[in-house]
Amino acid sequence: MWRFTVLRVLQAIPVILTVITLTFFLIRAAPGGPFSSEKAVSPQVQAALEARYRLDQPILQQYFSYLADLAHGDLGPTFRYPGRTVDELILDGLPITAELGFYALMIALVLGVTAGVVASLKPNTLQDYVPMGAAMVGICMPSFLLGPLLVLVFGIWLQWLPVSGWGSTPGDKLLPSITLGAMYAGYIARLSRAGMLEVLSQDYLRTARAKGLPEYVVILKHALRGGLLPVVSYLGPAFAYLLSGSFVVETIFQIPGLGRFYIQAAFNRDYTMILGTTVFLATLIVVFNLLSDIAATWLNPRLRYQYKQ
Amino acid sequence: MALLDVTDLKVHFHTRNGVVPAVDGISFQVEAGKTLAIIGESGSGKSVACYSLVGLIPKPPGRIEDGRALFEGQDLLTLSEAQLRKVRGKGISIIFQDPMTSLNPYMTIGEQLIEPLQLHFSMSRRDAWQKGIKTLEEVGIQNAERRMHAYPFEFSGGMRQRVVIAMALVAEPQLIIADEPTTALDVTVQAQILKLLRDLQQRRNIGVIFISHDLSVVADIADDICVMQHGRFVEQGERMAIFQTPQHEYTRKLLAAVPAAAKRPASYTPEPLITITDLYTQFCGNRGGPAVKALDGISLQINRHEILGLVGESGSGKSTLGRSILRLLQPCSGSIRFDGRELVHLSAAELKPLRRRMQMIFQDPYSSLNPRMTVYDTLAEPLLLHGVVDRKGLDTAVFELMDAVGLARANVLRYPHEFSGGQRQRIAIGRAIGTKPEFIVADEPVSALDVTIQAQILDLLLDLVARFNLSMLFISHDLAVVRYLADRIVVMKAGKLVESGTTHDMFTSPQQSYTQALLAAIPGRVLRDLDDSPL
Repeated sequence: MWRFTVLRVLQAIPVILTVITLTFFLIRAAPGGPFSSEKAVSPQVQAALEARYRLDQPILQQYFSYLADLAHGDLGPTFRYPGRTVDELILDGLPITAELGFYALMIALVLGVTAGVVASLKPNTLQDYVPMGAAMVGICMPSFLLGPLLVLVFGIWLQWLPVSGWGSTPGDKLLPSITLGAMYAGYIARLSRAGMLEVLSQDYLRTARAKGLPEYVVILKHALRGGLLPVVSYLGPAFAYLLSGSFVVETIFQIPGLGRFYIQAAFNRDYTMILGTTVFLATLIVVFNLLSDIAATWLNPRLRYQYKQ
Repeated sequence: MALLDVTDLKVHFHTRNGVVPAVDGISFQVEAGKTLAIIGESGSGKSVACYSLVGLIPKPPGRIEDGRALFEGQDLLTLSEAQLRKVRGKGISIIFQDPMTSLNPYMTIGEQLIEPLQLHFSMSRRDAWQKGIKTLEEVGIQNAERRMHAYPFEFSGGMRQRVVIAMALVAEPQLIIADEPTTALDVTVQAQILKLLRDLQQRRNIGVIFISHDLSVVADIADDICVMQHGRFVEQGERMAIFQTPQHEYTRKLLAAVPAAAKRPASYTPEPLITITDLYTQFCGNRGGPAVKALDGISLQINRHEILGLVGESGSGKSTLGRSILRLLQPCSGSIRFDGRELVHLSAAELKPLRRRMQMIFQDPYSSLNPRMTVYDTLAEPLLLHGVVDRKGLDTAVFELMDAVGLARANVLRYPHEFSGGQRQRIAIGRAIGTKPEFIVADEPVSALDVTIQAQILDLLLDLVARFNLSMLFISHDLAVVRYLADRIVVMKAGKLVESGTTHDMFTSPQQSYTQALLAAIPGRVLRDLDDSPL
């Protein structure tokens, strides 16, 4: 197991390095820079700024000094928020985004697995079509449509829940979490339905029934473990995407999370901020993929055994 | 009174295409301590009949239309699902066919074994665990206490089937339904499992329903036999009566299909077609593990116009040898000379003209044909690829091939799924002989087929070998089949040759103890005694 983990971590390094390099050169290739604006700036000020942010150095030298800083965990100063570093901004936004992502994932898991399992028990009947139809709607509906719709119904018509904010009024975390989790609930429902259908046709379930086990034991004890393996493999990447893809929801509901910075940084040509968030999210995606691989391996006795050797 | 008394059982499947009478009015009794065998080919309804007794058929589409099944004073067919659950696993338990798939891969053996005890006797986990260990010991599993914590994949096929049997026995049922319990196993393992079943049954005085398609297996262990065809019993009675004086035509056909006779020694002068010297083939170990020596220094010779039978248990390297000769696998070292030409180092392009002269027939006719190609496409492809005929002559050539393998010409535009297993194997054979090869590797070509179909395909192969002057390497785990077909036999074990000789010599005076063990394990001793065959 350790060998496997170390190996996978080593494999992640070239991936992250590629992401850094590509992002670094691509944003510099884009027209404009962090300090180009309509407002005329005197050449001296411009030069001073560029010197302060190392923009006067040759581009390769900028690249390597960025890597050197990164190796110490320093993502550099931001270009647009004077006096603050990228590390600070990310650490400010991350807990909120992570909390939102966590709630969304929990909602997605509970809804998705329930819908998928219920659908798989009676395939091609109403019991299958209704939850799977709902899952399809969840997948197709973009969050910029679902969010306002939910706000309209629950916030404005029914007035059950606050329309925006995060942690300021009770219940204001519910709508954003549902909005963000809906699509993932749909995916998880489809994955668990497919996984369960596969397992439900296996001979060992017939063996379990032949022992006289009641149907709910057959499903919960014998079928669920194998049937939900695909969902487990999906959870890691899903959480990483939840973190990196939450900016729409954060914008709709005015949540001070990570997503806001990401979008603003791109518009501002804030080189270090773009790089910093990209590297950070890429690392998250790699790490969560790794975690779900480990979980899936651990759940499958055969793979567990192989790595023990 | 009989342990189980079934009268006039009718099970129908209500499908979109109408009603299928899977079981159409059968009656039988099972006595305690006796074995009742139900014999029939796939689709005859033998499994459905038994599973319907304990409510294990899918409903719908299945429906029990009529009948009575008295077990311990109650009619199983009138019980509710909840009442049936109390019978399943406790009064009646089932041993399933394929030990590879009938155990839950995500649970330890112990967890699965104690489930019926906790369920039916509300035993504590500790007591159930102890009883589980005892039952594992009873079915002959070493280190039972430690093995309780193992997962199914840590067991071999035969050991898994012992676990499945232990699971069926653990709650001390009065009746066991054994559904083809040895079909997926090697012949030596099969012999052990059959003996184990017989011992346990007599020790515990259990009634057994033994479902099988294989008359020779049943011949050794059954007390009574029911022969089933199209959902009915065409004949039922005491074992020897069935074998000695079969009444129904179908029973006689089944008996005739058992490949009992040995091939007459052919008179030909041995002229080598393929000479293999010191062949090694390895598979890379999984994730840096040690490499597996699949072939470990094989030397043998295949003569022109002979059928060489290659026998051995699963994992002995039989298929690897067949595939290495055809260069479908790359050998590590050694030499394969085909008609004087060295094959081992030829490039793909150099091999192509030789490919026409060497063909292969695969085991599983369900997966070895491309489901998106019609019979015509399948048969025409090799003909065009090797330029055997031009486009103008193609239709005639395909039709002639279909005649040769006994397929109706009218079926030429059908897809593989529209054919039965035997017909599919005919298509595969047609594909192999189309290029007029000199040498064919047949890798277990009949092991997926029913006995009567198997007999037809074997005769077809014999006929084609004689007609087209073929040489054949016939790989099989079934010694009776090999004896029927082969001129010479080679025995393999763990990648090495154990023994070789003419079929007659190998069956009458095997030299090596491994060969003797293999021969002793062939089921159907009773049948052979009836035939007065040289065994």
